[in-house]
Amino acid sequence: MVHLNHTYENFNHYASTIRRYSLAAIYHAGSGHPGGALSCADLLAYLMNREIKWKPENTGYGQENRLVLSKGHACPALYAAAAEQGLLQKKALLELRKLGSLMQGHPHVGCLSWVETSTGSLGQGFSVAIGMALGLRYKGELSRTYVILGDGELQEGEIWEGAMFAAHHKLNNLCAIIDYNKMQSDDLNENIIGLEPLPLKWEAFNWHVIQIDGHNFEQIEEAVEEAKMIKEKPVVIIAHTIKGKGVSYMEGSPLWHGSVKLSSEELEQALSDLDTRKEDIGRFLDGAV
Amino acid sequence: MAQSENRGTAPHLIGTSGDSLREAFGKALVELADKYPDFVVLDADIAGGTGTHHFRKAHPRRFFQFGIAEQNMMAAAGGMAAVGLIPFVTTFAVFCLRALEQARLSIAYPRRNVKIVASHPGLDVGPDGASAQALEDLAAYRAIPNMTVISPADPLETALATEAIIQYEGPVYMRTGRSPARRVLEQDYRFELGKAQILNEGSDVTIVACGVEVARSLDAAWILEKDGINARVVNMSTIKPIDREMLLRCAEETGCMVTAEDHNILGGLGSAAAEVIVKDKPVPMQFIGVRDCFGESGEPEELAEKYQLTGPYIAEMAKQVIAKKGMV
Repeated sequence: MVHLNHTYENFNHYASTIRRYSLAAIYHAGSGHPGGALSCADLLAYLMNREIKWKPENTGYGQENRLVLSKGHACPALYAAAAEQGLLQKKALLELRKLGSLMQGHPHVGCLSWVETSTGSLGQGFSVAIGMALGLRYKGELSRTYVILGDGELQEGEIWEGAMFAAHHKLNNLCAIIDYNKMQSDDLNENIIGLEPLPLKWEAFNWHVIQIDGHNFEQIEEAVEEAKMIKEKPVVIIAHTIKGKGVSYMEGSPLWHGSVKLSSEELEQALSDLDTRKEDIGRFLDGAV
Repeated sequence: MAQSENRGTAPHLIGTSGDSLREAFGKALVELADKYPDFVVLDADIAGGTGTHHFRKAHPRRFFQFGIAEQNMMAAAGGMAAVGLIPFVTTFAVFCLRALEQARLSIAYPRRNVKIVASHPGLDVGPDGASAQALEDLAAYRAIPNMTVISPADPLETALATEAIIQYEGPVYMRTGRSPARRVLEQDYRFELGKAQILNEGSDVTIVACGVEVARSLDAAWILEKDGINARVVNMSTIKPIDREMLLRCAEETGCMVTAEDHNILGGLGSAAAEVIVKDKPVPMQFIGVRDCFGESGEPEELAEKYQLTGPYIAEMAKQVIAKKGMV
């Protein structure tokens, strides 16, 4: 196990920035999915910062590892994370969902090359990531492919087609991360179609399963490093998360799955919950970022 | 050859080859493998049915088994293309419908260089019955932006089209076929994506066909010739982008048109041709195809007769449309 000698303060700061910009973007768009963006913000912060080796010129091409956001509706968080990496102007984040914007309502690789593939229809990003991992191994490349899945997404049959395939072909360069916030569009998973026993399902499909607190950077790092050591199987990290993480009135409520319109009062409260400085709250509200 | 010799000069049939389009496709992949090292073949447990078993045997490392899971296969092909490979997704046409949305989002929208090759299209599937007889695939795939749609007429054209779509950069949907196919093209034929060819000259009516209906349209031309009607037969193997110039020229020169396809009459070749004709050169049109119903079990020729896809029906439709000339 690799233990890097550092604190996780930078990651916490990065994740908070992702959350603030995600909410501001959704506020200015007048629609979007805040709950699931906030729940995977820490996972994105870690992976975008640590696992994806962005080239200095920030073209997005030629990065060593790949990251697919299969739960494409959480893209405000992906866009905000990319802006932190210098791939986008922060100002551009507030163009989310606007006509002519590169920040489509769901990620489109035709607009932003570094999103790797177009997602938004659940299940597909997982298969695309599998194809990437398979193709990279076939070509003899050593890079890894990460794919972030939603929990409701696991109800798609395609996921289990892919799970069977990846294990059969021993895709050890593939790491799936489930943003397990226990909620989906209408309600709790368990009130829609229950997923449990979730770890046992993946184990039965012959994956190596790691469970973590998806808001704990030490655990995220340990899991990602452990995954690299597994040679005979693909790895799934089941990251237990909180939907709407960081915003008092959103946490634990499926109402904020989206697509929702945030009022200025709601954005103000949310930014305040995220310890945003007062003058910055004003800037976010005005779009003057 | 005997058949065509008996038919005089008008229709251009070159007899049967015994090869189906799926066999021609599978053999072409083997032939092309060394010349194009970047293409790989994806299968969903029907390599024997799609003709790709030839490739599996010759190039096992370039052959990927996805099991009976077409949705995952289709989207994974998008991922393989994203890292620089040219994946051939091979399955039955009906399962391409199953994975239609994967083709849309993970292949067509990002404009991935994936070749979807569908065997077993139309009533030509025969005894397996309606569940396997895809009569909607041309319409569905044609409606997806960025998608090129091809339905070759014979084994030679299938082989040539296979190379052409490797050379073309972008997503393609290509039909092959299950049954032994009649040869309609000469050995020196050159396939060009997006270009139709006149197989039989004629001035009274144009029959525009694709796939297995091209040979049947030549049958129709022969029948019509006996009645003193000169029918032009056009092989429209690229359905999208359709050869507008050829359609408009034929409408101008023959004044009426019949389309013929082994597909639902809604949304396929006939619709594509009509979209051009009605806008820029309105002439009377008629449509040969399955009339918005499901198929059933039976031998391909029995089904073609029952669902009125054969030469005599095409000829009859041609006469009807000729009678309407000047009324548009």
